[in-house]
Amino acid sequence: MHRRTLLALALFTGLTAPSMALAADDTIKIGLLATFEGPFTVLGEDGERGAMTAVAETNGTVAGKKIEIVKGSSDASPDSAVRAARKLVEQDGVKVLVGPLSGDEGLAVKDYAKTKPDVTFINGTSAAQDTTLRNPAENFFRFSTDGAQWMAGLGTYAFKDKGYKKVATVAEDYSFPYTQVFGFMAEFCKAGGHVPSKSWVPIGNKDFSSVIAAIPEDVDAIYVALGGADAVNFLTQYQQAGGTAPLIGGSITVDQTVLTSKGKLRDVLKGTPSAGPTADTNDAPAWKSFVAAYAKQPGAFPSPSLFAHGYYVNMKATLLALDQVGGDVSDGGKKLREALSKLSFDTPTGKVSLDKNRNAVADIFLTEVTEGSDGNLLNKLVKVVPQVNQTLGIPEDEFMKLGAVNRDNPSCP
Amino acid sequence: MSLATAAEGAAPQQNWLDKIGAGHVILAVALLLYPLVASDFFLTQIAGYSMIFGVLSLSLMLLAGYGGMLSLAQITVAGIAAYAVAILGSNNSNVLGFGWPWWIVVPFAVAAAAVSSALIGWISVRTEGIYTLMITLAIATATFYFAQQNYAIFNGHSGYAGIHAPVFWGINWRDPKPFYYLCLGLAMLSYAAVLYGSRSTFGMTMQAIRDNPRRMRALGYHVTAHKVFAWFLAGILAGLAGVLLVWFNGRVSPGTIGVDVAIDILIIAVIGGLRHPIGPFVGAIVVILMQTFAIDIVGAERFNTLIGLVFLVIVFVSPDGILGLWGRIKPHLAQESLRAGP
Repeated sequence: MHRRTLLALALFTGLTAPSMALAADDTIKIGLLATFEGPFTVLGEDGERGAMTAVAETNGTVAGKKIEIVKGSSDASPDSAVRAARKLVEQDGVKVLVGPLSGDEGLAVKDYAKTKPDVTFINGTSAAQDTTLRNPAENFFRFSTDGAQWMAGLGTYAFKDKGYKKVATVAEDYSFPYTQVFGFMAEFCKAGGHVPSKSWVPIGNKDFSSVIAAIPEDVDAIYVALGGADAVNFLTQYQQAGGTAPLIGGSITVDQTVLTSKGKLRDVLKGTPSAGPTADTNDAPAWKSFVAAYAKQPGAFPSPSLFAHGYYVNMKATLLALDQVGGDVSDGGKKLREALSKLSFDTPTGKVSLDKNRNAVADIFLTEVTEGSDGNLLNKLVKVVPQVNQTLGIPEDEFMKLGAVNRDNPSCP
Repeated sequence: MSLATAAEGAAPQQNWLDKIGAGHVILAVALLLYPLVASDFFLTQIAGYSMIFGVLSLSLMLLAGYGGMLSLAQITVAGIAAYAVAILGSNNSNVLGFGWPWWIVVPFAVAAAAVSSALIGWISVRTEGIYTLMITLAIATATFYFAQQNYAIFNGHSGYAGIHAPVFWGINWRDPKPFYYLCLGLAMLSYAAVLYGSRSTFGMTMQAIRDNPRRMRALGYHVTAHKVFAWFLAGILAGLAGVLLVWFNGRVSPGTIGVDVAIDILIIAVIGGLRHPIGPFVGAIVVILMQTFAIDIVGAERFNTLIGLVFLVIVFVSPDGILGLWGRIKPHLAQESLRAGP
């Protein structure tokens, strides 16, 4: 009996540990939610570098208050993202939260945002279309563009300049790649191209032989929207299987994490067109100074990935808006959200402003993989597509008629 | 035993306290009063969540502790109940969602979980030890990938969102306090049921089967039927936990039933200790607290290392988990009063 009493007491005291959510008046807490575990850890860490670059630019203060970054970690699953967001908001008491990183996480955090109207959510790099397009949350802002916007110009470029008429797609099976394929096909199909086969593979797939076998013989090119290890695995196996069709890359397929891989893969990747919110060989002075500032972060890549860029832009917007309202979020963040909605500023990749759904309108970069002078593969800037909006320049009612993004939509076999 | 029976007539009140145990009463009162001191976050995200995972691990403890069957498929069983709630009830993913009322959905979901659990049990009772572990791991992994790639029933990678806990008697059962009491109610009931069940004829038979199945078979017991029934009972617990889990998250996706979660359940059971039904709950509290707060202690880069190290230390110091640790300290404490001062 003695034993149980003590056990009960121990449990009780443990569970009533006081919450330590007291913020001093001269600091402002900002939650930073990214994938610090799971398959996207490398990407999440680069996102953090981007966010910290923005914080470092203002010497860690905003409106005379010290910035305190509270980090939350997810493993790219929506459940874990919401859990981490809950912890930051309900336990650490943050009123401003930057994140999350990936598509389905963004959709889940948007749903959570609706239950916390006093907290202001600013996206990290999550790029699913419906995070802001359909059924948006009043307090969720996205200063990074979505996955369909990232594809602006690529479909037309592939059809007209490259002369591809028939393209097969291979992409991961979740909301972000759906959005990317949608963005590519919206233009490509409109230009007159055909997509006879679409393959969806689970994240972390290792064996692509059945996928490769299903790709029709007569396609002119393959559109690949896979990330990190998935892209390397697919491309290696496709090459070993004797595949020769040229490639078209999704935004995260030909980023630095894949381009820095070794082996014969490099030859396949050269000349691959792609599009996204950043380009490695951007000559704009603003981009160059961003790269220099980013390089000061511990463990930085040779060039910032689009995750570093996305988190940077969103954190920068947060700090600018906080500065405008004097760091005051005591009114439940109302003033801050007004400031955010009206905010328009120059990022390293051009001007960014928000539309009525609080989604960014920004420049998109059409790129092609080339070998740099030092032998590293780079995304060479081909063309800048200025000020792409979420409906890709199509009138909104017409765009909504295209339907929600999913595995079967759009279709032009 | 006869002494206890005699005492019953003499002083029924004391016997009632004896039977339940003063520790249990204090624990119950403390847990009932806990909402008075705890913040909403500690109420749901820590306490409620710990109790859900505690019940899930309890279903594993029931199988492993009393039946000697180590399963990695408990989260799969809970997932079946969770998906059933999403499919039979309402969700906002525009796939299925029959919109049945909760009082039909819940029994169906729990029954589906219990029957699936019995099926998993029926497949795996032919194996023993590490082979049971392997076969249940295979089932958990296969279900995870099936859920991830099936769109007609499981809605693929994104799963179901917008699942709400019921509102009745004017109470929204997902509000922090009601949800806490819901979890507490389930945890207490399951705990009491397992404790009672372990002392029942069936419980005793299970433990005998665990220790010597051949002798039990020779005595005329149907070993397979007993084991499958134990799986069925464990399935009810896991199914109930699954229903609370989907109400808690408001969503269910393949990530909810992933292999890493299956291993978390095993870790909780091992950390807590498999000898007594309180073990899984103690383990759940330790694991959930670690997973929630480790990031504040060591930062974002290495917090999983810290979690791993703590678990390693616990298992290294006491192979029986925290309960075993307690069992080792207790004799010293008991003798404390007998010792003279220095």
